[in-house]
Amino acid sequence: MKKLINESGDVVDEMLDGMVAAHPELRRLDGTNVLVRGDAPVDGKVAVVSGGGSGHEPTHAGYLGEGMLDGAAAGEVFTSPTADQLNDMIQAVDAGEGVLCVVKNYEGDVMNFDTAAEMAGMEDVDVEQVVVNDDVAVEDSLYTSGRRGVAGTIFVHKCAGAKAAEGGDLGEVKAVAEKVIDNVRTMGMALTSCVTPEKGEPTFDLGEDEIELGIGIHGEPGTERADIMTADEITEHLTENVLDDLDVGEGEEVVTMVNGMGGTPLSELYIVNRKLQSMLDDRGIETWDAWVGDYMTSLDMMGCSVSVLRVDDELKDLLGAPAHTPALTVAEE
Amino acid sequence: MADVDTQREAVLDALDNVAERLTAEKSYLTDLDSAIGDADHGSNMQRGFSKAAEKRDEFADMDPDDIVKTIGTTLISNVGGASGPLYGGSIMFASQELDGGITVETSVAFAEAYLDKVKDRGGAQVGSKTMVDALVPAVHTYKKSIEQDDLPPLEALAKAVDAAERGVQFTTPIKALKGRASFLDWRSVGHQDPGATSTLFIMEELLATAEEYLDGDVERDARAADAVRRDE
Repeated sequence: MKKLINESGDVVDEMLDGMVAAHPELRRLDGTNVLVRGDAPVDGKVAVVSGGGSGHEPTHAGYLGEGMLDGAAAGEVFTSPTADQLNDMIQAVDAGEGVLCVVKNYEGDVMNFDTAAEMAGMEDVDVEQVVVNDDVAVEDSLYTSGRRGVAGTIFVHKCAGAKAAEGGDLGEVKAVAEKVIDNVRTMGMALTSCVTPEKGEPTFDLGEDEIELGIGIHGEPGTERADIMTADEITEHLTENVLDDLDVGEGEEVVTMVNGMGGTPLSELYIVNRKLQSMLDDRGIETWDAWVGDYMTSLDMMGCSVSVLRVDDELKDLLGAPAHTPALTVAEE
Repeated sequence: MADVDTQREAVLDALDNVAERLTAEKSYLTDLDSAIGDADHGSNMQRGFSKAAEKRDEFADMDPDDIVKTIGTTLISNVGGASGPLYGGSIMFASQELDGGITVETSVAFAEAYLDKVKDRGGAQVGSKTMVDALVPAVHTYKKSIEQDDLPPLEALAKAVDAAERGVQFTTPIKALKGRASFLDWRSVGHQDPGATSTLFIMEELLATAEEYLDGDVERDARAADAVRRDE
């Protein structure tokens, strides 16, 4: 397969250099694959950090900046960053108010963040962790015990980042992150597999007339292979699973996300969103805000995920608070 | 208790011995991992311990517990995946027990802290088909041999290594419940666990090093000693 790369071993390094060149307000920590806000550590503020394998851009570094993340660690493609680099990140962004790590539920990520927290703890940094597990498709997958963390993580970054920006202490920032995790669900599907730079060929084979339902974000196979359906039928399948699991009903308010997997035209994501909104409308569920775009991708995979977050006044305030990052901007009211 | 220079030398010799052994066993471990994992355990462990052994000069003036801690952090940076935190993170954590130097008592505390951290971080129990299956019998046997049977440390360690070896054998006929191998479900039965195996190799080198420093030569349980490689 053709790829716009130089050497497969240089993908992460060269991507990070290019990203900092495009966004001079970010800074790369020497000798690491960690990017931080240029002005980190921010005085008097709890820091919020995240990280994980590469290949999910704009996740994670695309959410660095005011109102969201202070640090983002990039591992190799689909591979956890190492604990020493996570520790370097935690130390670099800590302003003495503590650091919240937003971790997606994959065994490698969780173990490396745990170890990093312990290393930072030895240096007297206050570290707390939340583990995002919003994927309703599977209980256990190739990379996890329990449900995977997928696109709903971006809502956690937004709300925890906003809480930290308005001066919340570490316990309050963590509580907000946990509230989002408790109230968000996601399910994804793929029209094609993805191609990792290392392997150079599709991770799984899908026939011309087949789709994979319940996929994660690493090209790992889903829960079910099905014959191709229309956009409306696919949206129905994903949305019903998400709404049932979240147990959200008439009169409640939600924020939705139709997330592209990297290779999906925006036009198709809007078609999915159209059906999603009409389903919510039919059920008397009110959409406070609808996000559509590539928020957490799986390289060049074609497909999408649907996320639904139940919101209350607190979460609406935090989602609407200002953010200035490469991938997400919310202006002052 | 041996003086601090002797302790330091012993730790560095043990490190060299482990690094050499894992280099020699690299392809064997990778073969085991190819069957039920992602075929990188041999090269990851070899790279991690070799990087640590290359730091010999840096270690020249360090206290033994700091050397052990640095070995842990070096593994964290260089082994990668889940093995970095499991081996390196646990060594780093357990190194705190060696604060007062390496004695028979602190060696028991180190072993227990290491085991606790591995179990806590990885969530595996005995029977999950992981390194825990080698570690639990080894650490329990070592502690009991020292604290209740009053055996000399070398004999206690030899018994612990034998126990680890039986633990490695136990991983073959059981189904994996943790780690990548668990996704093979029943197909994981009949394969020896690579993590339990590398744990045994590390322990065998600790024993060999202890024999040099404690001037002894101990009998291993011969039956256990051949069995591990029976399927080669």
